[in-house]
Amino acid sequence: MSFQKAENINEQSPWQEMTPGGEIYEGGTSRLTKTGEWRSNRPVWDPQKCRQCLLCAPFCPDSSIPVKAGKRTDFDYDHCKGCGICWKVCPFAAITMEQEVHQ
Amino acid sequence: MSKTMTEIRWHGRGGQGAKTACLLLADAAFASGKHVQGFPEYGPERMGAPITAYNRISDVPCTIHSNIYNPNYVVVVDESLLHAVDVTAGLDPEGAIVINSPREPEELRPLLRGYTGKVCTIDARKISEQYLGRYFPNTPMLAAIVKVSGVLEPDRFIADMEASFHHKFATKPQVIEGNMNCLIESMKEVRGV
Amino acid sequence: MSIRERLSGNEAIATAMRQIDPDVFAAFPITPSTEIPQYFAQYVADGKVGTEYVTVESEHSSMSTCIGAAAAGARAVTATSSAGLAFMYEVLYVAASSRLPITLACVNRTLTGPININNDHSDSMGARDAGWLQIYAENNQEAYDNYLQAMRISEHPSVRLPIMICQDGFITSHAVENILLEEDAAVKKFVGEYHPEHALVGRDRPLAVGPYDSCPYCMEHKVMQAEAMKNAKKVILDVAADFERTFGRKYGFFEEYRMEDAEVALVLIGSTAGTAKACIEKLRAQGVKAGLVKVRVFRPFPMEEIAQALKNVKAVAVMDKSEGYSGCGGPLFAETRSACYDLPDPPKMIDVVYGLAGRDCAVEDIEKVYRHLLKIVETGETGPRYIHFGQRSNQEEVL
Repeated sequence: MSFQKAENINEQSPWQEMTPGGEIYEGGTSRLTKTGEWRSNRPVWDPQKCRQCLLCAPFCPDSSIPVKAGKRTDFDYDHCKGCGICWKVCPFAAITMEQEVHQ
Repeated sequence: MSKTMTEIRWHGRGGQGAKTACLLLADAAFASGKHVQGFPEYGPERMGAPITAYNRISDVPCTIHSNIYNPNYVVVVDESLLHAVDVTAGLDPEGAIVINSPREPEELRPLLRGYTGKVCTIDARKISEQYLGRYFPNTPMLAAIVKVSGVLEPDRFIADMEASFHHKFATKPQVIEGNMNCLIESMKEVRGV
Repeated sequence: MSIRERLSGNEAIATAMRQIDPDVFAAFPITPSTEIPQYFAQYVADGKVGTEYVTVESEHSSMSTCIGAAAAGARAVTATSSAGLAFMYEVLYVAASSRLPITLACVNRTLTGPININNDHSDSMGARDAGWLQIYAENNQEAYDNYLQAMRISEHPSVRLPIMICQDGFITSHAVENILLEEDAAVKKFVGEYHPEHALVGRDRPLAVGPYDSCPYCMEHKVMQAEAMKNAKKVILDVAADFERTFGRKYGFFEEYRMEDAEVALVLIGSTAGTAKACIEKLRAQGVKAGLVKVRVFRPFPMEEIAQALKNVKAVAVMDKSEGYSGCGGPLFAETRSACYDLPDPPKMIDVVYGLAGRDCAVEDIEKVYRHLLKIVETGETGPRYIHFGQRSNQEEVL
């Protein structure tokens, strides 16, 4: 149990299968929690209006605007909480906020 | 209390070195193979306030961890305490009290609240100022109580103290001789033994 | 070969620290523990240790420094007393719940109100539920020996809990007594090096320590911590057994003194045990079957073992050197009485709260407690169960 992986610990795990002090032995474990589920407003990116200034990406508190080869791509909706900061900082109105409809 | 154990109570004033003398006595007794305790009265250190320190010296380990209420010997490092503190409280009449004073023992007895045992005096100020050039009463008082109590063998005590001073004063060896003279002179001069 | 020496309790702890040469010492002074960082600073200045000596601005910071250092994988130590320990209160829990094996030399002193600096156990007893192991000493020898055993208990993979090595402020911390020290190399060999399985620094594998722990997980972690405290019992005895094999001095959860046929017994902690032993010898010479259980390990509390030790005794006085302000007795009484609940024929038991804020306790005082127990045995009446002893009073007190 000494290097128990985070993906193997969940709300059904017995105490014997958890880590001392809640220690976490790997990086990036927040990926395992789909915080996109919490979203009530959904940002929508318009690639036509986007000038790729990349102001939005560092403002995102949840690292949910993936940047690849110097360009942002579409939102990581598994983790975006819909806070709207990207919408607020976008100088080109390339992001709009819409009502989220969870499936 | 076991007959093999000697209990000594020190009365002094904060800053006069009674605690240091108490610890030096513990050191000397330790060096001669004894089981020792040396501890100060527990509390804040305040210059000039009456303080108490204690020694237990024994041939067998001593487990008692309390103050000493019925000492065999009492050492008074500052004569002015005789008015302020009941220094002979619980003192064994078969033992003795050693007081730092230029006066004769019998002159001081009236201040000792009816104590009937042996009273000894030593002019620690005179000896200290003569050999150390300053007033450090603890070294002469230490020698006086060793002499009066007989708790340590005098020659061994002198030898052990010399070794101890060489260690303690490694950075100022010039004071060793004066301290040794204090010890030797004090053992000679203590009155009432 | 053991080295015959004479040291104060504080010097004894500082000596053990020098011999162990920990990675980090987080230092903040408070009497009566001040001499420990003071002596240790000299060792650092003289190059006798390789320790990173971190001077901080408070005890909250010294414990926080230890937490950071221990999480990084270092062997971290500190020393404190009284209000200093109280100021660590919040972070004591962080250290324990993060499962960081930190060693704290606690020189017991009362907690203020009114201001007082003398000995009792109210500081560490106040922290008894913080999740720390607690081991108490009767004298400087035990303080030293307990310190040498501390890290092997605390760092054991089945334990991983911080440890307090307690001794009585001034009474042993400032008293010079004979002691047997062990050779530096033998101490280093006994204590061993610290190689934690997980650490923040120097490892390829990443680690997060002290995360936010939401409701579905946190209770499980606390159960794990409680389990670790139970595990510590075996480790404490294993380490004590190895200590005895190595250095010849025997330790357990508690010391039973003349308990083989005792009819009346005391249960107490710390330096008073030595005074009680002298009293027992005096009483035994008069035919009184008096005994003593000196509690060494208070956390984890050796419940079944204490009950076994007391099962044939007729009357017991638990002597608490701290007030619990529970209105019905101090912490040692609560634990001991609870331990005896399952005995088929438990002894009559009273709590004697004594020695608060440095109030002295002499052989004659202990004798009064034994005499009171003999009266209980004789009359069959326990009488008042929660007694204060040693205070002035304008009425007749139980003791």
